[in-house]
Amino acid sequence: MIYFNLFFGWIKQEIFAIPGRVIALVFFLLLIALPLVTQDPFYLRVFTLALIFAIFAASWDVLSGFTGQLNLGHALFFGVSAYTAGLLNIHLQYSPWVTIPCGAVVAVSVGLFAGIPALRLRGFYLGLVTLTFPLILLGILFAFPNFTGGELGVSGISRVSSSAVVNYYTAMVVFTVSVMIMWKFTDAKSKLLRTGIILHAIREDEITARASGINTTYYKFMAFALSGFFAGIAGGLYVHYMRIAGPQTLDLFFSFQAILWTIFGGIATIYGPVAGVFILYPLLEFLNLTAWGELLRQIIFAVLLIVALMFMPEGITVWILDKIEVKCPRCKVVNVFYRKKCRACRAPLHLVRESEHQYNKGEV
Amino acid sequence: MLTNIIVNGLVSGGIYAVLAVGFSLIFGVAKILNMAHTAFYMLTAFLVFACTSLGGLSLPVALFIAIVATTILGMLCFRFLFDRIKHHETAVMIISVAVALLLQEILLLIFGGHYRGVPPFARGFLEVFGIRLAYQQLIAIAATGVILVGLWILLEKTRLGNSIRAVAQDREIANLMGINVSRIFLIVMGISVALAGLAGAVVAPLYVVGPTMWMQPLTIVLAAVVLGGLGSVGGCVLGALILGFVETIVVFTIPAGAFLQGTFSLGIMVLVLMVRPEGLFGVVFEEERL
Repeated sequence: MIYFNLFFGWIKQEIFAIPGRVIALVFFLLLIALPLVTQDPFYLRVFTLALIFAIFAASWDVLSGFTGQLNLGHALFFGVSAYTAGLLNIHLQYSPWVTIPCGAVVAVSVGLFAGIPALRLRGFYLGLVTLTFPLILLGILFAFPNFTGGELGVSGISRVSSSAVVNYYTAMVVFTVSVMIMWKFTDAKSKLLRTGIILHAIREDEITARASGINTTYYKFMAFALSGFFAGIAGGLYVHYMRIAGPQTLDLFFSFQAILWTIFGGIATIYGPVAGVFILYPLLEFLNLTAWGELLRQIIFAVLLIVALMFMPEGITVWILDKIEVKCPRCKVVNVFYRKKCRACRAPLHLVRESEHQYNKGEV
Repeated sequence: MLTNIIVNGLVSGGIYAVLAVGFSLIFGVAKILNMAHTAFYMLTAFLVFACTSLGGLSLPVALFIAIVATTILGMLCFRFLFDRIKHHETAVMIISVAVALLLQEILLLIFGGHYRGVPPFARGFLEVFGIRLAYQQLIAIAATGVILVGLWILLEKTRLGNSIRAVAQDREIANLMGINVSRIFLIVMGISVALAGLAGAVVAPLYVVGPTMWMQPLTIVLAAVVLGGLGSVGGCVLGALILGFVETIVVFTIPAGAFLQGTFSLGIMVLVLMVRPEGLFGVVFEEERL
């Protein structure tokens, strides 16, 4: 009983008192419950793909949002892993459980290769160089159509499972684990790993980070490898879900897609890209259901993106959390927006103007 | 073959150069990575098509309307979108991608996904050493030359060019010297989009006009700008010419070259950057060096 009380107290303190975590919990429970509510193949398909793309977008955020190594060609990792997994599956009949990790490992090695320019370039220069990598690879793929299938890609790849629900839960478990790892890896307040704060330091000022004795090369490569690994996992899952590894996985616009989702959701927060994907991707797919939506979906998408960025240039999650959470000015504990005093130290959360203060005390 | 390579290389290199100069100008001055740059080029090509083939206007009028309309739209985009959130550089880039997407979809909606052709400015061809050179190609080469020289005079010889270069060098000091920085930004955006529009107008009769024609030049323009050095106008003209010639040579000499043209030119860019990270003519400030 006492353990139950302790546990309940912990839940109350650490989750129910913080609005952001309540939202995350509700979101997670909804994800688990989705196949119990509807088994409609369309909905399962949309949300399975959303889970996969969320891993992809979050991996971009690790590299570009946290470490500041602007990567405009993130589809490289996704596409390389997709083609590796697809070709292994087609030619050697390996099961998805082997091909997806293989694809991810290849993506890591490609990530380390793509990290070489980052040693000498930075900012938009690095972005423009990384942007070209998937396009270079795309040209090579088109030049050897016998092996890679050219424009059509590699098709006929086996699925993880024949059941849509099992596929969904596989994607969900992988998504949860990946996002947890990426979150811990990049969390600047983590007591477990130092990487989070080091990556932030590299983004903010690389020279100072170096002067403080941080081997920035090592950590930059680590970010490239980790980001490549998770983008590779997403690519492998995608290919075994869609059963086709096509050139669209290396497309210029697919690289931008990850950036669009992340910036819309909130850059340099792992939950931002997840929220971005889960808002934008299903929305576009549902628009596809109606005749006018199919015609106008990209226009609606673009207008929505422009409007959202005009009013929330830091991303929708940052904007919402800013509205519903208040950080105590004294002890830095997060509070719900409607509280007047901090739940931990009773300090007043909102500054009172001098005139109001005097008025309250009855001096005026 | 050789004449073909030279003429085609000059045409595509010249077009890329005009596009790359505009792109580099707005990046150098306002630090805006305008991904919609080639979308404006596409818009002009479509407007020329609409005015001549559908509207039945005469060619000079159509060109004038198309370029002016595109320039005004670009300046409105800058004023009401990019300028508002200029402190979030990645967000500005994403907004420009969204603008490009919007233009693409609107054009797709109005004109459909067909590939269109625009009648050439001048029919006929010139025979040099037994090789036929269409007048249109020669016009394109001459036009890009005139545009680039005109831009050079504007930037180097006029008061406006002086203030543009001053803002590019140091925004704050330029402001202190009494230059209206936000007005310069707006003017540079106008020049940049007008250059894209001019390129689009020149290109419309040469290439097919379609709603996805902005993607391919975008990557080459990015590569050319980086190759020449971001912010260096002369450098990106040279970069664009190099890439234009590489593309043409690959297409003419290597089998399956049409697929590999992008690969080769982008590969050259990556190689150059490995040796000279700031590009051929880029300027590196001491604090930016690693």
